Parts: sequence; C-alpha cells; structure tokens
Amino acid sequence: MFVFRTGILGGRVDISVTVNGEPTSHDVEARRLLVHYLREDVGLTGTNIGCDTSSCGACTVHLNGESVKSCTLLAVQADGQDVTTIEGLAPSSDELHPMQEAFRQEHGLQCGYCTPGMVMAAVSLLDENAKPTELEVRQGLEGNLCRCTGYHNIVKAVLAASGQPVKD
Amino acid sequence: MIPAAFDYHRATSAEDAIAQLAEHGDEAKLMAGGHSLVPMMKLRLAVPTVVVDIGRVTELSYIREDGEQIAIGALTTHHMLENSDLLADQCPLLGAVAKVVGDPQVRHRGTLGGTLAHSDPASDLPAAVLALGGTLVAQGPNGTREIAASSFFTGYFESELADDEMLTEIRVPKCPNAGWNYQKFNRRAQDWAIVGVAAVVGDGITGVGLVNMGSVPVLATPVIDALADGASAADAASVAANETEAPADLNASPDYRRHLARVLTERALVASGVA
Repeated sequence: MFVFRTGILGGRVDISVTVNGEPTSHDVEARRLLVHYLREDVGLTGTNIGCDTSSCGACTVHLNGESVKSCTLLAVQADGQDVTTIEGLAPSSDELHPMQEAFRQEHGLQCGYCTPGMVMAAVSLLDENAKPTELEVRQGLEGNLCRCTGYHNIVKAVLAASGQPVKD
Repeated sequence: MIPAAFDYHRATSAEDAIAQLAEHGDEAKLMAGGHSLVPMMKLRLAVPTVVVDIGRVTELSYIREDGEQIAIGALTTHHMLENSDLLADQCPLLGAVAKVVGDPQVRHRGTLGGTLAHSDPASDLPAAVLALGGTLVAQGPNGTREIAASSFFTGYFESELADDEMLTEIRVPKCPNAGWNYQKFNRRAQDWAIVGVAAVVGDGITGVGLVNMGSVPVLATPVIDALADGASAADAASVAANETEAPADLNASPDYRRHLARVLTERALVASGVA
C-alpha cells in the first residue's frame, strides 16, 4: 500500500515525477492537479490552463509518451512516471522540435495560448500515426481548441511536420 | 477548480482495492483513469473522502480470447480498445465506439470498466456493451459474480455494483460476421452524444443500445422484439423511443431526442444490414 498521511485538510503525499528527464519531488495535497504541480511546484509555466474542464486541451502534456490533459489528472497519478511538457520538447535551447518549427513555418498560431497543448497533442498524434491524412489530423486534434486560427494552419503544420506535402 | 480534500490510497491489486472499499464503505470511490471522476470532483459533484486509485492494477488491462467470447480487463483504456486487432476482427463495434469517446487525450486515460461503473447514460460504451449482450464481472470480498449488462445499470450514475465491489472484467461475444454500426449525434467534436445508437445484428445477436435516452443506458427492447418478428429497419426504428424517458437539457427536448432515436436507429440498422 502506498504511504499516505491524513490531516485536517485531507491526505498529503510525497510524489516523485520525472519531468522532461529531470527528477522532481514534492510533498503535495492528494487533490493537487498535475497542471498545478507542473506550473507551481516545478515552476514550468509553458503548460497553460484554459477551460479547466478537460475540454480545450491547452494543458496537454505527455504522460509516459501519451497525450493527456493535465487539468484532469491528479499529480499523484503521475507519481513515479515520466511527464514531458512543452519545455522538454526542443532538443536544445537554440533548436526547436520539428513540430515547433512546423508551427512556426506554417504560422500555426496567432495568440499562442493553445499552442503548447496543440503542439504536445500533435507530437503524440504523429507518434501513433506517422503519416496521417488531413482528416486524421483534424480528428486527432479534436481535443484541442483554438479560437484564433480556424485550425487550417495548424493542420498544415502537423502535415508538414509529418514530412508530407502541404497544400496552400 | 480544485477537488475537495480526500485521502488517497493506491491499490496494488483488485483485492487491495476491495479491502479499502470494505473499510471505507460509500465514503470511498474507485478511480481508474479518473477522467469522469476528477471532473466531477472538481465541480464538487462528487466529494469522496477516500479515493482508491486502481490505475496501477495493470493485470486488469488486457483484451484476450476466452472461448466464444472476448474478455476485456476493466482497466483497459479506450485507446487500447480502438487499436485492438482482436476486437477489430471479432467484435468490431466495441473498438469503433471506443474511437469516438471524448478525444485522444481522454481515450489515453479513460477505461472500459470506469465508464461502465460510472453508469452515465450519456456515455457511448455502455450502450455498445448492452447491444452486444455483454457480461460484467464484479469482484467483492466474497469472490466474483457475473452481471448481465442488461441488468447492470440501475439509475442515474448508479449500477448494480455494491459499495465493496469492483468491476474486473467485461465479456462480449465474438461476432465477426454480424452487421454493426454506431450512430453518434452531437453538435461538436468531443461532445457527449445528444443521442447515440449502437446496433449489432447477426451471428446470433440482435442488439440495439441507446445513449442519452433515459436515466440509464437503454437496451431498445421494442426494436429488438420488432426485428425478431421480421420488421424492416424502418418499422423497427419507429418504436425506438417507446418505453424511454428521454431527458431535456440545453441541447434537446425530449421530443427531439425521441425523433433522433428513431432516425438514428434506422440508420444504424440499415448500416448493420437490416433491410
């Protein structure tokens, strides 16, 4: 049985999460959401909170390589697991991940608020389907809302990142 | 939004989880993927004082053949269902319905056992398991018992499961030659169905399940009876809303839902090969 402690405010837990390859460890309330853990305890604010109801996808990160909505996961569910955030995607500080580069090239963003989640969802999509059709890209990103772009340039960016020709 | 405080237990096995349930009674809630429970806890619609996390009980994550049935562990994710070659070959309805639940992020976490135990009448997969005539296996302190899907759902978010029972396995029949279809009517991607209809016809099965047409996932018995009497798809679908208590909400009135049920049932039956 996992060790836990009770208190007047409910249980607290010591958790260790590998975030972007780095070990992190904090004593958190059991009700701590993963997105708050990442932003406030670990200090990585690239993961945005949008709707806070698991609809918009702005908080999308990877848990053990799969896209998840970090506003709908408890931090303790990620205990002992690998989390990748938008900060962990680029290979180095002066080089973008191919998906980030494609979003830049195809202008797949306007205000940028949805972009971290959109990029993380898109990377997970290509991990599962390396050469998606345009329809598969649109369906694969159904969990991520963008209120600026109308999605067309985002879809182009994902197709470009998959190495497929992009129609203008 | 932040859930109310609770104590957290991470179960190492089904037995461990059941022992926790036995100790804490209805104060405790099992959490599988958490993708129905955590949103409800954030809205304080669910306020368990103890959360028993069964998400690491990985021995309950499987899809395998079991004689004439497919046995699916309760912690199998929607993502696994939609990508299962075994289901695609032997019971394609289930994988196809899993593919339209929520969105990819939700499907990476959400589980078949979780969605059934949650017993939301607006969820997609319960109607599919009903249509297939599935069997649910519940484990409690005194062993396991089998519950027919048709008697599992007892009320709005309520099931036949006792406070100290946990769903461990779902069994559906192999039906590789049956016609099947799922109609999901919603206004936006990732929404719940305003109405949904799951149909499977052939291989000895005639099943139709309705989504969001009452306080529980509904087995469309009038349609099934009509088909048994040789009715056409159109005639069978005309009774799809009989004996239902369609809810009203912002998306649809009961009348509109009844209309949708008839139209979608006809489409689902035609796509399943009913003349």
